[in-house]
Amino acid sequence: MKQLRVLSLPYLVWMVIFIVVPIIMVAVFAFTTSDGNFTIDNISNVGQYANIFVHSIWLALIATAICLVLSYPVAFYLSRMEKHKQGTMLMIVMLPMWMNFLLRTYAWMTLLGNNGIINYLLGLIGLGPFKLINTSGAVVLGMVYNYLPFMILPLYSVMQKIDKSVIEAARDLGCNPVKVMFRVIVPLSLPGIVSGITMVFVPAISTFIISRMLGGGSNLLIGDLIEMQFLGNAYDPHLGAAIALVLMVIILAIMTVMNQFSPDDQVLI
Amino acid sequence: MKRLGKIYMALIIFFLYVPIFVLIVFSFNESKSRSVFSGFTLEWYERLFNNSIIMSSLVNTLIIAVIASIISTILGTLAAIGINSMRKVPKSIVMNVTNIPVINPEIVTGVSLMLLFVFFAARMNMEFGFVTLVIAHITFDVPYVILNIMPKFKQMDPHLFEAAQDLGCSPFTAFRKVILPEIMPGIISGFLMAFTYSLDDFVISYFTCGATSQTLPITIYSMTRRKISPEINALSTLIFVVVVVILIAKNIIENRQAKKNAVYKGGRA
Amino acid sequence: MENIVSLKDLVVEFEDGERILKSISLDIKDKEFVTFLGPSGCGKTTTLRIIGGFLEPTSGDVFFEGKRINGLPPHKRNVNTVFQRYALFPHLNVYENIAFGLRVKKTSEKEIVKRVGEMLELVNLKGFEKRSVNRLSGGQQQRVAIARALVNHPKVLLLDEPLGALDLKLRKEMQTELRKIQQALELTFVYVTHDQEEALTMSDTVVVMNNGLIQQIGSPTDIYNEPVNAFVADFIGESNIVNGCMPEDCVVEFMGRKFKCVDKGFDPNETVDVVIRPEDVKVIPAEKAKLTGIVESVVFKGVHYEMTVDGVDHKWIIHSTKAEPAGSMIGMDFDPFDIHIMKKTEEE
Repeated sequence: MKQLRVLSLPYLVWMVIFIVVPIIMVAVFAFTTSDGNFTIDNISNVGQYANIFVHSIWLALIATAICLVLSYPVAFYLSRMEKHKQGTMLMIVMLPMWMNFLLRTYAWMTLLGNNGIINYLLGLIGLGPFKLINTSGAVVLGMVYNYLPFMILPLYSVMQKIDKSVIEAARDLGCNPVKVMFRVIVPLSLPGIVSGITMVFVPAISTFIISRMLGGGSNLLIGDLIEMQFLGNAYDPHLGAAIALVLMVIILAIMTVMNQFSPDDQVLI
Repeated sequence: MKRLGKIYMALIIFFLYVPIFVLIVFSFNESKSRSVFSGFTLEWYERLFNNSIIMSSLVNTLIIAVIASIISTILGTLAAIGINSMRKVPKSIVMNVTNIPVINPEIVTGVSLMLLFVFFAARMNMEFGFVTLVIAHITFDVPYVILNIMPKFKQMDPHLFEAAQDLGCSPFTAFRKVILPEIMPGIISGFLMAFTYSLDDFVISYFTCGATSQTLPITIYSMTRRKISPEINALSTLIFVVVVVILIAKNIIENRQAKKNAVYKGGRA
Repeated sequence: MENIVSLKDLVVEFEDGERILKSISLDIKDKEFVTFLGPSGCGKTTTLRIIGGFLEPTSGDVFFEGKRINGLPPHKRNVNTVFQRYALFPHLNVYENIAFGLRVKKTSEKEIVKRVGEMLELVNLKGFEKRSVNRLSGGQQQRVAIARALVNHPKVLLLDEPLGALDLKLRKEMQTELRKIQQALELTFVYVTHDQEEALTMSDTVVVMNNGLIQQIGSPTDIYNEPVNAFVADFIGESNIVNGCMPEDCVVEFMGRKFKCVDKGFDPNETVDVVIRPEDVKVIPAEKAKLTGIVESVVFKGVHYEMTVDGVDHKWIIHSTKAEPAGSMIGMDFDPFDIHIMKKTEEE
C-alpha cells in the first residue's frame, strides 16, 4: 500500500503552510522587534502582566474544579442508566452545547444584569439588587456553563465502558458504595478525568469572550490581553505573540503533568 | 439513592436550559425589558428577517461552511489514507502536527494564522476576507476529518486491500470497492463535524476575517457589544429550534438503527 | 451435614410483569458442590445473584446458616462470586486484584502477603504477581478471579458460568482443578452452567431448572438415569422422546405398538412421554422387529456411530458400535427397563 502515501501530499503541504509555519511565526514574532531584530524584551515584558496570568489561571482552575465536581455524578448517572435510554439522556444534556457559544454567554448577560431577571425575582421578595454581572463570579459561572459538557462527555465515555460486573465484584469483595466509588470507579475513570480537565481548562484559560461579556473591566484575562495586542488599541503583535507563546508553554506544562496521572498501559474492558 | 440521582439530574438540566428558555421567552416580549414580560409580539422576528447584515452574514457563514467542509473532507480523506500507509515514525509526526489545532487554544490558532496572513497580505497585495476565512476554516476542519477517519482503518482488516486485489481488483478498484465503503462512516461524521465547527466558529474567524467579510457569529458578537437588541433573542430561538429538530431526527434515526441491530443480534443468540 | 444456604419460595418478577423465578425452594448443604443447570433464561443466574446479594427477590426468603439475610448488601455477606467474564479490575495487577478484598477489610500487610501468596500457589500463578490482568490469557484470568474470591475465605463460593469463555481443552482441565480446590478447601460451591456434561462430572448435586422452576434435584447419576420428566431427559442427554399412552401397568403403547416396561401407577390410557436414550436402542434385523426405520445418515463419533433413523412419525437417534449403511432398513427393540415413562408436564 506504499503507493497510497502520495495521497497525503496535498494535506502535508497544507499542514506545513497553515499549521507549522504560523506556529513558527508566533515564536519568531515573540523574539523579534518590529524591525526584525532579535530581542527577549517581549518575553520579559510578559512579566508585567503576571497578575493577569495568575488571575486567569485561578479562575480557570476554579471553573475546572466546579465542572469536575458537577459532572462526575452526571456522567456516573448517565453511564448506569439502561443502555437504550442513555443516548436520549446524553442528547438532552449535550443539546445546549449546540447553541452558539456567544448566544449562551449572552443569555447569562441578560440573566445576571442589574436589570436582569435574577435581580428582578430577588427584588420581588425584597432582596437586592445585587451586583452579579461584571464580577469574577460571573466569569466563573460563564466558564462552567459553557464548558460543562466538555467535562461530562469524556467522563461518560470512560464510565460507560466500566462493566457492571466489575462494580458487582467490588461489592462482592466487601466494598460499600463509597469504597466502590473510590477504589474502583475513580481509578478506572482517571483517563476521562484527565481529558475532561484539559478540555475545560484550555478554553477557560484562553477565553476572551466570557470575560468581556460577563467580567467587565476588572476581569481582564490572558485571552483579552492577546486580543488587545492584535485587534485592540494596544496593537503590538510582537508582545501578543510573546503572550501567546507563554500561554502555550503553560498549557503544555499542565498537560504534561496531567498525563502523568493517566496510565497508558490501562486498557478498559 | 436513585431518587437523589434523578433530582440531581433534574437540577443540572434546569441549569443548562433555563438561560436558553429565558432567551426564548423574551424573544416574544413587546418591550426591551430583560426582566418583565409586558406583552406578546413577533416584532423582533420581523426585524431579524429584515436585518440585512444578519441575513447576509448568515448566507456568508453557510457558503464558507459548505466550501470549507467539502474541501477539508476531500483533503482529509486523502490524507488519512496516505497517513495510514506511512511508516511508524513519519505517521506519528504527522499525527502530532495534525493534533496541534485541536489541542491549541483557539485564540492561538487564530492569531498564528493572522500573523501568516498579515505577512502574505503585505507582500502579495492580498486582503483579509472571504479567502482568508475559508483557508482558516479548512485549517481547523481538516484535523477533525482525519481524526474521524483514522480509527476506521484500525477497525479494518489489514488484509482487505490485498484480498480484493487477489480477487482481481486493480489497486484503484480495490480502493473504491473495499476501502472506501469501510471508512465511509468516518468520512461522513468527519464532514458533519467540520461543517458544524465551521458554522459555529467565532474565535478563529474573528482574527482572520478582516473588515469586509463577516460570519454570523461575528455579527452576533458585534450585536452583543452594542445596546440591547431582542433580535438576538429571536435569532437564538430560531437556532435552538433548528438544533432541536436536527438532533431529534438524528436520535430517531440512530434508535432505529440500534433496534435493527438488536433484532439482528437477538436472532443469532 | 447441615444446610448452609436455604431458599424458600423465591419469586422474581420484573416491572413489566415477566416472572423470571416462579417459586424456587432449595437447601444447599455445607461443603456440597451444587450445580444449577438449565438453558439460558431458566433463572439459574438469577438465583445465584439472589444468594450473592445483587438482586432482591420479589417475594420469598434467603437463609444463610439459618439466619434470614434478605436485604443484606453483598459486602456484608460471607459469600464470594466468580463472575461470568471474570470482572477483574483492569487498573490493578494480578497481586492487587487478589489482595483487593483483604485491603478493603483493612487486613494487616503481613496477613495479605501470606494469604495472597497461598492463593497464587493454589491457582498456579506464582511469578505473575506484577503482571497486568489485561495481559493474561483467558485461563489465567479465570485463575485470578477464583483466587480473588477464595482469598477472603468465604463459606460459599458462587460461580457463574466461570468456564464458558474457555476453549474445550482448558475447560476440562479447569473442571478437574475446581473440583480439587473445592475438596481441598472443604467449601460449598454453587455453580451455574448450561453445559450438562460439566454439571454431571463436577457436582455432588445437580439442580435442573427451566422456565423459573426447579425440574429436578438429585445426584448426577439420579438425574441421568432417572429423569423425572421429558425436559430433564432431553436436556441431560440426547434422547428419543415420543408420545405414548399406558393401557395398563408395565405396558406402554407408542407408534401403534405395545412394549413391556417397568413403570406402573398411571391412569388407564393416560398419555405420557416415552423417553429412550440413543444408546439403549437395540438394532435388530428388520423382519424380526415391531418397529422399523430407514437409516438416513451415519456419523462416526469416536467411540460409537450415531445414526439418524427415519421411523414413521419420529426421527430416531441411535448410538451403536456397529454402523448400518445409510438407506438400509433396520429394526429397533428396547429392554423394558430402558423405556422411561414420564408424566406429561403441563405446558406453561
